[in-house]
Amino acid sequence: MAYSDKVLDHYENPRNVGALDKNDPNVGTGMVGAPACGDVMKLQIRVGDDGVIEDAKFKTYGCGSAIASSSLVTEWLKGKTLDQALQIKNSDIAEELALPPVKIHCSVLAEDAIKAAISDLKQKTGAEA
Amino acid sequence: MVNHFELFNLPARYDIDRTALDQTYRKLQGEVHPDRYATATSAERLRSAQMATLVNEAYQTLKSPVDRARYLLHLHGIDTQEETNTAMPADFLMQQLEWREAIEDAHAAADIAALENLLTDLKHEAANLETQLGTTIDEQHNHARAADLVRKLRFLDKVRDETKLAIEALET
Repeated sequence: MAYSDKVLDHYENPRNVGALDKNDPNVGTGMVGAPACGDVMKLQIRVGDDGVIEDAKFKTYGCGSAIASSSLVTEWLKGKTLDQALQIKNSDIAEELALPPVKIHCSVLAEDAIKAAISDLKQKTGAEA
Repeated sequence: MVNHFELFNLPARYDIDRTALDQTYRKLQGEVHPDRYATATSAERLRSAQMATLVNEAYQTLKSPVDRARYLLHLHGIDTQEETNTAMPADFLMQQLEWREAIEDAHAAADIAALENLLTDLKHEAANLETQLGTTIDEQHNHARAADLVRKLRFLDKVRDETKLAIEALET
């Protein structure tokens, strides 16, 4: 299968692989999975006191497109407020990585992971989800 | 147009008579085999070829537990959302991550025995989910939960494939 250069770049040099302390009250963890391909994605964000995302890490088991999608969103998330982060759409990810139609679900997975991580964080801090 | 269960004269249930399925398959295969239509008109030949395809497709669907469950749910108007529903329970996904890590570790350590143990665990887990699927569909008629179980089985299939690939890679 022909991956775009951007997918290959993220796949070969994934950004921000790893984990944050999930017990840290400022860390939100999002876990999602895609049944059709068995891909599993864990995305974590840490926000500062100013409400801005200061770090993001991921661990993804899946195809190159899933890894590239999660690697890309960790880059995008840093420096954003939670509201701005929620505006990242799967179509933005798919467009940036030039994903073919059969790989769109990988970008959906990454968008859902962001939402899940933010929802986890909001639950922890007691804010309205 | 008859559905797959009707074609095989089986009640539309998850728990089916596998012997009856195989017997009916052989009978239907004989009836629609292209050789029987060698001297028939082209329209009849075309129809027998279409029937042969349908019989095969129906048999493969009914034989596989996951495919049979998905098909049954589809007959009830339920979409199993395997392409779109990413919200699996956290503990289930954590277990997926742990299994994937175990495959990576065993592969790195060339530990075939560990991979084969994992394969056995996965087989038990799949059998367990399939048993639950039977109860959920045939007795509880809880289609939402059944769709959830189908999605879980899809994940297990994938982990099993990857475990087998890792074993093959080490054996060659």
